[in-house]
Amino acid sequence: MFRKLTLTAATALGLSTGAAFAAGDAHVEDFDFSFEGPFGAYDQNQLQRGLQVYTEVCSACHGLKFVAFRTLADEGGPHLPEEQMRAYAEFYEVFDETLFDGEGDFRPATPADKFPESALATAPDLSLMAKARAGFHGPYGTGISQFVNGMGGPEYIASLLTGYEEAPSCAPDDFAGHYNTAFAAGGYPEECLYEDGSHKYPGSWIAMAPPLYDGQLTFNDDHANDLEHVSEDIAAFLMWTAEPKMMARKQAGLTGVIFLTALSVLLYLTNKRLWAPHKTAAKRKD
Amino acid sequence: MGGIPHDHYEPKSGIEKWVDSRLPVIGLLYDTLMIPTPKNLNWMWIWGIVLTFTLALQIITGIVLVMHYTPHVDMAFASVEHIMRDVNGGHMIRYFHMNGASLFFVAVYAHMFRGLYYGSYKAPREITWIIGMLIFLLMMGTAFMGYVLPWGQMSFHGTAVITGLFGAIPFIGEALQTWLLGASAVGQPALNRFFSLHYLLPFVIAGLVIVHIWAFHTTGNNNPTGVEVRRTSKADAEKDTLPFWPYFVIKDLFALAVILAVFMAVVGFMPNYLGHPDNYVEANALVTPSHIVPEWYFLPFYAILRAFDNTVWVVIFAEWISFGIIDAKFFGVLAMFGAIAVMALVPWLDTSSVRSGRYRPMFKWWFAVLVVDFVVLMWAGAMPAEGIYPIIALIGATYWFAYFLVILPLLGVIEKPMTPPATIEDDFNAHYGSKAASGETVASPAE
Repeated sequence: MFRKLTLTAATALGLSTGAAFAAGDAHVEDFDFSFEGPFGAYDQNQLQRGLQVYTEVCSACHGLKFVAFRTLADEGGPHLPEEQMRAYAEFYEVFDETLFDGEGDFRPATPADKFPESALATAPDLSLMAKARAGFHGPYGTGISQFVNGMGGPEYIASLLTGYEEAPSCAPDDFAGHYNTAFAAGGYPEECLYEDGSHKYPGSWIAMAPPLYDGQLTFNDDHANDLEHVSEDIAAFLMWTAEPKMMARKQAGLTGVIFLTALSVLLYLTNKRLWAPHKTAAKRKD
Repeated sequence: MGGIPHDHYEPKSGIEKWVDSRLPVIGLLYDTLMIPTPKNLNWMWIWGIVLTFTLALQIITGIVLVMHYTPHVDMAFASVEHIMRDVNGGHMIRYFHMNGASLFFVAVYAHMFRGLYYGSYKAPREITWIIGMLIFLLMMGTAFMGYVLPWGQMSFHGTAVITGLFGAIPFIGEALQTWLLGASAVGQPALNRFFSLHYLLPFVIAGLVIVHIWAFHTTGNNNPTGVEVRRTSKADAEKDTLPFWPYFVIKDLFALAVILAVFMAVVGFMPNYLGHPDNYVEANALVTPSHIVPEWYFLPFYAILRAFDNTVWVVIFAEWISFGIIDAKFFGVLAMFGAIAVMALVPWLDTSSVRSGRYRPMFKWWFAVLVVDFVVLMWAGAMPAEGIYPIIALIGATYWFAYFLVILPLLGVIEKPMTPPATIEDDFNAHYGSKAASGETVASPAE
């Protein structure tokens, strides 16, 4: 009986897998990130490289409106030195309503300010993108694999950035957007549909032009700057912007599991000892 | 608390006598904690404690979250991000609360199916069961309204779909929906009232939990045999029972610690596993998510809602006989609430003279199918309403109703139940006695 119901609960947990990946026949590559699994941690250098990619490329159009500059100096994040973080914030101008007797004016950002919003109305804010895309169920929507493989969002971002390919020949030359194998939500030319309406090729056409290419940036730490590595770096950085407390959370989780397991053992022994006389009595009477 | 004969609290010291003569609160606590409990309870009787704990967890984390949350359409989403980023420990508190809802439903479903298998709903425990069903309904309402508060895409469009269900009620539907939302569409009035009710209802639940406990403390716990505790004398009752403290408190706490260790792993290592990615996108009335899927704990009932479309003959017949008043949409709503209503009526639908499913050879199988059916419905509810899935959902929904309305009443007549043990003591001794331990059928020579 108990076993049966445990199974119910377990299956219920496995069930939520459904919808996340159902949307598209798009291709998401399973990248390995340092922060996957219960013991996985952000790679500080990778986050700093990702910040550089964001600053030099993404920020032209996209914003990070939920991320405060001061958090760039946080442990468990990019962990920039204090002065470097302050200097970085000053690069940005923010609009301050309190200046000019309430009329407002622009001023250099301080650590307490947040990154600006997207400069282009059509460019979504990237703060939470890693949690808002591609499902929480691992790169291939395989349910419980999230425990080991991470939630799949950064995989999606890296796949999108490396997923630009030459458009299939069936598409008209003037079809709007850029063909991307990882993007599911975009336009799709009728000419590339099968008769039953299904897609001949994975992905769809995305409005954003390919933003990254090989050798576009140079990193201070001389890390590889080919498209794939740069995409992984920015994906990792965006995972951090979406889940800045991941390291603290995993640590709390681990501490909790260890303490509760120890408590379980103690309570198990207490319970066994407590009941022992009554169970022995049952044996005698039987 | 009446019922099973046991020792009652006697104030001893001066202070105790002083308090007891004015407010017998110590006696109330003593009698509640020392209640004689059948000693053969198995591990399925731990969910009550888990549920009580989870209610407390949700209320406490919820109260803290409210200190930092802003119920405004322009600020709600950002205030949740504020909790996740700036509030000390806020990310843990929110993840506890978010996953606490799932823990709540895992526990409540286990608790309910326990009751259904061991006949805990049967006389004289009908009121305990009915109060439990009320708590379940309030839980669903509270969970739904809580899901609206982060004001993400799924919050917004889920609200539109669910309040739309009320819009399906003939004649008054549209007015009712407007009244519920406080406007013709989901917006600020809806967010404000859902916030208010999401804060209120847990305390109503807490009140009903006290009544639930009061009710079963009056009748005594059911147990795996379904045989009642002997009430002929205190000595007889003591052969069948042990006091709740410490025997069951420690046992339940052990189970709770194990469950919380798993819970902690989920919160720590994959807190968004049971959530939906779209809810990390701020609500936008102009963009509808491609699949609007409720949280996992609503899926079985959501599947029943969707199962009855206008190709099902019952629906066509209902529409014809009611001159079109009951259309497919309204029929679905009726089916969904009906699925819960038949569960609430099970004390009167089950005609068997034997309480526990353990001694009902045919019932066991039908019950096992019901459990599988529940899981299948949950799975079907997560799938898009196309292809084979609506048919699976329809079969699942049909079995759900058939179990309560046809199978249970008939089984009581046609089934020949086995004889349960005469007393709880016999069951306990048979389980822990030497015969059970050695697996021999011959009586052991000792004593």
